[in-house]
Order: sequence, then C-alpha cells, then structure tokens
Amino acid sequence: MSLKRISPDDVRHVALLSRLRLAEEEIPPYTDVLNSILEYFAKLNELDTSSVSPTSHSIEMRNVFREDIPQPSLPVDKAIANAPEVEDNYFRVPKIIQEM
Amino acid sequence: MDIHTLTLAEAGKQLKQKKITSRQLTQAVLQRLKSVEPQIQAFLSIAEKTAFTQADEADRRIAEGGDISPLTGIPIAIKDNICTADAATTCASRILENFHPPYDATVIAKLRRAGVVFIGKTNMDEFAMGSSTENSGYKITRNPWDRERIPGGSSGGSAAAVAADAAIAALGSDTGGSVRAPASYCGVVGLKPTYGRVSRYGLVAYGSSLDQIGPLTKDVKDSAIMLNALAGHDPQDSTSANVPVPDYTSACGKDIKGLRIGIPKEYFAEGIDPEVEQLVKNAIRQMESLGALPIEISLPHTEYAIPCYYICAMAEASSNLARYGGAHYGYRAKNAGNILEMYSKTRAEGFGTEVKRRIMLGTYVLSAGYYDAWYLKAIKARTLIKRDFELAWEKTDIIAAPVVPAPAFKIGEKSADPLTMYLSDIYTISLNLAGMCGISIPCGFSKKGLPVGLQLIANIFKEETLFTAAYAYEQSAGFFNRKPPL
Repeated sequence: MSLKRISPDDVRHVALLSRLRLAEEEIPPYTDVLNSILEYFAKLNELDTSSVSPTSHSIEMRNVFREDIPQPSLPVDKAIANAPEVEDNYFRVPKIIQEM
Repeated sequence: MDIHTLTLAEAGKQLKQKKITSRQLTQAVLQRLKSVEPQIQAFLSIAEKTAFTQADEADRRIAEGGDISPLTGIPIAIKDNICTADAATTCASRILENFHPPYDATVIAKLRRAGVVFIGKTNMDEFAMGSSTENSGYKITRNPWDRERIPGGSSGGSAAAVAADAAIAALGSDTGGSVRAPASYCGVVGLKPTYGRVSRYGLVAYGSSLDQIGPLTKDVKDSAIMLNALAGHDPQDSTSANVPVPDYTSACGKDIKGLRIGIPKEYFAEGIDPEVEQLVKNAIRQMESLGALPIEISLPHTEYAIPCYYICAMAEASSNLARYGGAHYGYRAKNAGNILEMYSKTRAEGFGTEVKRRIMLGTYVLSAGYYDAWYLKAIKARTLIKRDFELAWEKTDIIAAPVVPAPAFKIGEKSADPLTMYLSDIYTISLNLAGMCGISIPCGFSKKGLPVGLQLIANIFKEETLFTAAYAYEQSAGFFNRKPPL
C-alpha cells in the first residue's frame, strides 16, 4: 500500500474518472481530506494478508440461475416518465460522437 | 389514551378487536406527526391523502373479517431510499429531487399486500452516507430526546419518527449501522437482519454487499412482527437467501437460561464513554440474573474494521452511484455542451460533499495501479474480520456489546472532520462485513437523559436467538416505557 500522499493532480484525475467537475478552489481541500482519510486507511498495512483469500460477499453463494421465461418489461411511458429530456420515445442527451 | 403511542402489537390487537379503526389510528398518528414535525424534522414527504385511502381499505378488510395480517391498518414510515411506486424517493439527495420510481421495492409490495398504511418518507444522510442525518440534502433531523443533538444516521428520520410516536414503526436500511445506531441514539429498537434475509430489490444501492433493510420499532416484539412480514427469498434479488422463514414472534418469551453471551474485550477498550460502558455492563448482568452465561471472547481484528469497511463501502458506492448522470432520471445540469460535461456538471451540482468524497475515494481504491494495495487488501481484511466471528460462535450463542461509543453528540460537533464521524461506527460495521444479524435495544439513559442502546449480535440466520435474548432483557428492564420530552 502506497503511503505516498495523493497530489492535487491525482485528485483532478480521480474527479475526472468519477465524472465530478470540481472547481479549482475545491482541489486543495479535497486533496487534504482525502489524504487524511487514506492515511488512516493505511492502518491495514499492519496486517499480513499474504495467505488470506479475499471476501467480496459475506454469505457464500454460488451463481444463481433461473429459468429463462419471457416476461413483460417496463412499459416505455413508465421508463421515460422520469427523464429530464425525451424526444419521441427516446432519452435525449447532448451529442456523443464528435465530427471528425 | 392517545392511540398514537400504541406499539404495533397493541394497535394490531385493538384493530382486530374493532376497538379502534385504522382511520382513527392514522388520524391520531398524522396529528402527532404534524405537531412534533416542526421540532424534529423527521420527514421528507407526508402522504396524508393516500394514507387515509389505505386506512379505509384496511378498515374494510378488517370489517370483512378473514385473514388479517398483524400489520393491516398500521401507519408506518419508510426511509426515503426505499422505492415507493409513484411517490417521491429522493435518498435525501438533490440529484433525485423529483424522482418517482416506476415500481415498489419488494418490502413495500409485501407491506402493501399486508394492508399497511404508508404515512410518509423519512429523512436520512444522502444515499445513506453518514452517521448523523446531517448529510441530508434537504434538512437536519433532531433527536427527540434533545433537539440540539443528532438522531444518528443514516436512518435518523425513521428512528426519530418512531421515538416521537409519529409512526407506529418504520423501515430503515443498515449498511454499517444505519438502523442500529440511530435506534440507540433515539431509544428505540433497531434490527439489522442477516445479509440476504430481506430482499434488497428496490432499495437504492449504496454498498450492495453490505446493505440490508431493517425495521425500527417501539419494542422487540414489534421488531419480530415486522421481520415476519419482510423476510424471505425474492427472485428479484439474487443475493436474497432461500432459507425458510420461521415465526419470529414465537422466539419472544422463551427463557435464556444457559444462553452463552460473549463479551468481546475489544468492544470495551479505549474510546468508549464510561456511562455507556456501565449501562451495557449492567444490561449484561441483568441477563446473567435471568440465567444467561457471560463469557469473555475476543474479536482481534476489530481495530481494522473501520478502514476495511470504508474501503469496501466506498468502492461499491463509486460503482453503484455511476448511474446518476442526468440521462435517464433525476436532476440534469443546464447548458451542458457535450455528454462528459453533462455527466460531470450534473453530478457536481447534484451530489453533496460527503457523497463526492466517497465516490472519489472509491474510484481511487479501484483504479488501475491502486486496486491491489487498497481494495484487494481491504477484502482480505474482511476475511479476517469474518473469521473472528466464526471462531467466536464456537464458544458463544450471542454477543453483547455497545452500539455506539457515546450517547448522541451535538449537531455540528463532528461535521468538520469526516474521520471522527467514521470512528463512531466502530461497534456496528463488523457485522455488515461478516453478514451477521444484530439488534439495538434501549438499556438505559445517560445522566443528561440521553438513551443508550445495547447491541446483541447473532450468527447468520439466527434472528430467533436475537429476539429471545432481546425480549427477555427488555421485559425485565422495561426502558421502553419512557418517552422523550416533546
């Protein structure tokens, strides 16, 4: 576990990955608080986990299968009822593919 | 008698005997709600009109006789991260301000079929991220016992509503203590069922491997009645357990002679408030006088539970909350030139500070180059924490512990530093990591008159043992008769 402090640039990068637009003046306080939390989390380094297998789920469970029976899906009008913007029966969003 | 103060069991009995009607009960509870709400601010929305429609329907069912559920006609409050069809479900976040789910959560559908009256949706920390309900995007809920203090979180609205008799019972959700901690701070009973015992379908996801819906009630028997209605396998939630559901109410009233109570020494180490320690130890002595056998046990990895839990929860949250981008539902930022800008402006404007912190940290611990050092390390620590419990069950039937290190703190006291807030979760989070069930029940009051809870913990799917022990203690201690000064 790296105890290297995260830099303002790291915070900018993580904010981009997280799809969170941060104002420039928000970067230093986030850098400080994220570092102080990570410093505390680094306590896990005291543990020798070299022979420990990971647990991602508390209750052991194998793949859960069911019969593939067709069922009605959510009606279109209900599916789009909460949409910020719709056009015909579609979700409308800003342009995704830029022109070359 | 003021019927809004009735327990669920008493109210159900009086409804069945036709001593009261659901309309009268709903009227009394809503009247109480409106009179205390300006002081405690527990609700984000109140469903007065539909509540009376449901109450009349319940009265009709009761008049017809036949198969009446113990919940028919009972006014219940719901935490605002549980989907209710066509009624606002905000998670106390601005990003879901006008969101009306197209379907009911499985627990809501079950309660609807039982004839429950839904009186409103309760305040919480945004997306259940917090321990005080101060992180709500809308309002701060106050502790009914002292309005300068927090009700705990994240199910703070539900706990405050039940404590104030503004609901007969309520639903909350518990990812790291979010039902049990507010129950302790507000002097009510809060249950975190075994992971998979209750369907999570329609519970807005925070940490999917940790989240579990649980009831907040006025006493232990009410908690058992609620779990009877909530528990069971659900094909809509592949992590829900296909394990038979017993009648939990029949576990209330059995004696606890010979029941082994493990006392984890790590839970009574430094950091615990002396009054809390004293009250919890008194409760254990009381159970000993009823024939239980206390033994000291050790959960040696307890000190690693907080970093382990927060890394797991934040990682899962960063993935679960990726869906809020303004495309399909919820808030969308104005004037975004392209799709990336739409996502990042929407999320920046819609999420509060704590949610942003957790998303960023969760993204960081999962990102390329850091995954092994942080996330993988944490889920290996999770194995060690789970193993601590598994070893403990070889020696004991139940574990007794505090719920939180101290009685309710003052509003604003821990807001400046998120770490101090995280530390208050020390006694509740290990259970979620290990999947165990736990219950918080009142065990006395501090000198300042603030409620203190006792936490009982049992192995997976051993809720009956919890109810037997909790009921035996509660009946001999009797703290559930005390009401907050409102």
